[in-house]
Amino acid sequence: MSSYHWDWSVFTQIADDDRFYYQWLIEGLGWTCKVAVCSFFIAFILGSILGIMRTTENKILQFISNVYVEFFRNIPLIVQLFLWFHVVPEIVPENLGTYIKQDVPAWFLAIIGLSLFTSARIAEQVRSGIMTIPSGQKMAGLALGLTEWQTYLYIRIPMAYRIIMPTLTSESMNIFKNSSVTFAVGVLEVFFYGKQIIEKTAQEYEILTAVALIYIFVALCANIIMSLIEKYTRVPGFIAKGSK
Amino acid sequence: MSFDFNVITDNIDYLMQGLRYSLQVTLVAMIGGVIIGTVLAMMRLSSNKIFSTLATIYINTFRSIPLVLVLLIFFLFGPKITGIPISANQSAYITFTIFEAAYYAEIMRAGIQSISRGQTFAGFAVGLNYFQTMRYIILPQAFRNVLPILLTQTVILFQDISLVYAIGATDFLGAADKLNQRDFKPIELYLFVAVVYFILCFSLSRLVKRLQNKIAIIR
Repeated sequence: MSSYHWDWSVFTQIADDDRFYYQWLIEGLGWTCKVAVCSFFIAFILGSILGIMRTTENKILQFISNVYVEFFRNIPLIVQLFLWFHVVPEIVPENLGTYIKQDVPAWFLAIIGLSLFTSARIAEQVRSGIMTIPSGQKMAGLALGLTEWQTYLYIRIPMAYRIIMPTLTSESMNIFKNSSVTFAVGVLEVFFYGKQIIEKTAQEYEILTAVALIYIFVALCANIIMSLIEKYTRVPGFIAKGSK
Repeated sequence: MSFDFNVITDNIDYLMQGLRYSLQVTLVAMIGGVIIGTVLAMMRLSSNKIFSTLATIYINTFRSIPLVLVLLIFFLFGPKITGIPISANQSAYITFTIFEAAYYAEIMRAGIQSISRGQTFAGFAVGLNYFQTMRYIILPQAFRNVLPILLTQTVILFQDISLVYAIGATDFLGAADKLNQRDFKPIELYLFVAVVYFILCFSLSRLVKRLQNKIAIIR
């Protein structure tokens, strides 16, 4: 410990590609945000559809959605990513497989993997959100002459989103953390670059500190943005206080 | 495309060794994590400002850093700080225990808060001290209330063990990955890993659900 040579100037050293190391980290942060935000967007839409499917009375829709959620929830994220990268290109028809291997960028497959993984979790939350609404509201809608789908569209879904806002907040923070796993399939995000710089400079204390601070900063930003949204969408009487 | 499952049958011992390692880390991290987590939860809820601040910092820090990064930090710093060489496989035991403690702490906190304050006061009134009240009155009930959530977290923990890929330890996925590097059979190996994970986690979460229903009836 005592023999370690602290050198914070490592970030302004010039890397192989004539850029500074801190620029690597900034580029990594950019990819982390892109992957996380895109995945969250897709996961939110997919998860909403699946979550609604689980609350309908249609047995087939319920079954499809249940299988989907169980499948994506019970396999670790990193294994899912490996499936997308190493197994899917081999089992689809050969032309498509070659195309995926050669022309589809890593971040694209990573977004697919991460969003499908997260959509299963959001589906669960949307479902529980819809289930917490008293069934009287649905019946009131039906009594007013709305169809089943209209009760979803105008009554239950808007309510459900506002109820599950706190869990969506923590999910949005999770997706930033989970995006770090995509390093394993070669996405150039912060953790990947951090590892690279450690290998090149061996100044692990400074770099790990910087990477950790970046993640804490991102988590904090996500938390602040989401809790602002939470504040405006809170349903009085349904949630005591938004959990952090 | 043709499947060749010989790569799995030939190396089943190696793969099962990896799976056993995954399960061992899960077990150690669960027991250690729940114990440390309970202490942290008690600290966080205590009226002592220093204790509660320390616990809050611990919990929030670990909850906002990705697990892969924590694994790498412990793997690189552990040997330097202690002066003992620690392998990737050994370092995972420590990392997961410390990391999961933060998550278990939040669950235990919810459990302790679900018990009404009156019970604590009742404990004090009959002459028990703080630790006795916790040990004999609050914690047993809190523990039972959050048992399903603790177990769900443990299933997540078991899945997260696969992230030791970041430090190159040989867990279940690590074993498959190393075999893949030698034999290049990604389809069979990764599908096998996925199927085994699915079966284990699916049946575990089913068991948790049944337990949950049982506890719900008792309450």
